[in-house]
Amino acid sequence: MNTAGSPTLSINVFPVEKIRKDFPILALKLKGHSLIYFDNASTTQKPKVVIDAVKKYYEEENANIHRGVHHLSAAVTLAYEKARGTIGKFINAGKEEEVIITKGTTESINLVASSFGKKFISAGDEIIVSEMEHHSNILPWQLLCEEKGAVLKVIPINEKGELILDSYKKLIGPRTKLIAVTHVSNTLGTINPVKEMIAIARGAGEIAVLIDGAQAAPHLQVDVQDLDCDFYCFSSHKLYGPSGVGVLYGKEKWLNAMPPYQAGGGTIKKVTFAKTIYADLPLKFEAGTPPIEGGIGLGVAIRYLEGIGISRIATCEQELLNYATAKLQKIEGLRIIGTSSTKASVLSFVIEGLHPLDIGTILDQVGIAVRTGHHCTQPLMEHFGIPGTVRASFSFYNTFEEIDKLEEGLKKAVRMLS
Amino acid sequence: MSIEEIEKEIIGEFELFGDEWEGKYEHLIDLGKSLPLIDPKHKTEDKTIKGCQSKVWLHSEFREGKVFYTADSDAIITKGLVGLIVRVLSGHTADEILEAKMEFIDKIGLKDHLSPTRANGLISMIKQMKLDALALKK
Repeated sequence: MNTAGSPTLSINVFPVEKIRKDFPILALKLKGHSLIYFDNASTTQKPKVVIDAVKKYYEEENANIHRGVHHLSAAVTLAYEKARGTIGKFINAGKEEEVIITKGTTESINLVASSFGKKFISAGDEIIVSEMEHHSNILPWQLLCEEKGAVLKVIPINEKGELILDSYKKLIGPRTKLIAVTHVSNTLGTINPVKEMIAIARGAGEIAVLIDGAQAAPHLQVDVQDLDCDFYCFSSHKLYGPSGVGVLYGKEKWLNAMPPYQAGGGTIKKVTFAKTIYADLPLKFEAGTPPIEGGIGLGVAIRYLEGIGISRIATCEQELLNYATAKLQKIEGLRIIGTSSTKASVLSFVIEGLHPLDIGTILDQVGIAVRTGHHCTQPLMEHFGIPGTVRASFSFYNTFEEIDKLEEGLKKAVRMLS
Repeated sequence: MSIEEIEKEIIGEFELFGDEWEGKYEHLIDLGKSLPLIDPKHKTEDKTIKGCQSKVWLHSEFREGKVFYTADSDAIITKGLVGLIVRVLSGHTADEILEAKMEFIDKIGLKDHLSPTRANGLISMIKQMKLDALALKK
């Protein structure tokens, strides 16, 4: 049922009640309230098909991959490689070998910083990041710069929380070797014009561009060939899949030229004490036994999302974001942080005179899960002069009624805390 | 009053609210809003206990064989809890403080606030209070 004034369009075209039944956790009652989960940018809930796939793996399929000659090992290797194919198609990778399965976005970025850095970064070279990056897309580059004597440059943002492209263009110089920028800001929701930014970099020489897609893959259709990015990273757990697994897409020309990140089982063709020959892509970058059930589960999650349709998901989430933005900005003293006209369904805000942690604590009492704090983007908080924000991030399984309850919860928090 | 007696007193105060969270939190918020708990001159960087999200300031003094605490926080609910903890531990001997189990927080239904994920600095504050007691005792 819609409350008065709630839009009905999506309810008619988007079977949200049916979809919610796919997610067992959404039926949970906490402290007498139905769970309202608005912390999707931290991690998403898992559909039953994913949970079942992981369970089935352990009950019926468990074996190590790429090794054994026995039936189970062969079958599960096929399943794992099928998942790689699904992931590759999902982001339109040119070749399956360009899809490296990692532990998550953080490891994907660290892999590039370490391996690309070892080979291609020297003293005096420049790496460009942006002011809105998650710490995971700052710290690996900072460490690399310290180690190599390279220079980290930062693209500034404007008051709406958008990258200033003129400044970006000026930062690119003859020593720029790599640009690492987020596709969607985890704190502000801003969708950055990465395609345009990559095109600008292409005009300036041989510069590698890495896109942190952790917050984009769940909301947008990603096409790495259309973007022409050199690297693209994302995590399974933010994409309705199991945790502990993620993806690094890399152009073959770079991945072939880069040294192994970690060495170990599965990464080699031939080992002798004199010289080791490493395996071809993607195994060269996948040392040790991977998160097998995680990879398979991610494949299932992607197929589930494709079954609903990525563009339908994007439309639904935009409607939720617009509805929440309109409602929340009417609350007295509430200020939205991140007001770009192109945003994914991430809504960060502060309320004058109230600490985000207090607001989050009151919302928790009425069963609403939001994230509070600096969201691992301390430089961004410094830019806006705030200690943190309250962040509500929406998924296609959220409803307008839940946003109405968020509004009520916030009004209650203001009443109690003021 | 002993630490245990103060804990019992607080548990009694919170029993009035039963399972009703609003009254309990309103009481905490009122505690948080009541008088500043710490002399502003002690709100310095070296007295700051950093939680991931809220800050806590703690000042410890040793007088006549007892440890006295004052503290503050930038988040009001944290400040209310800080006030309760100070009320329980302040004015006791170092040995009494070191032995305090602080079970009242669980008994008044606010154990969640001591979970490491709350990131409010309370666990670190209690630890620091005990460390200060130990150091001042020497």
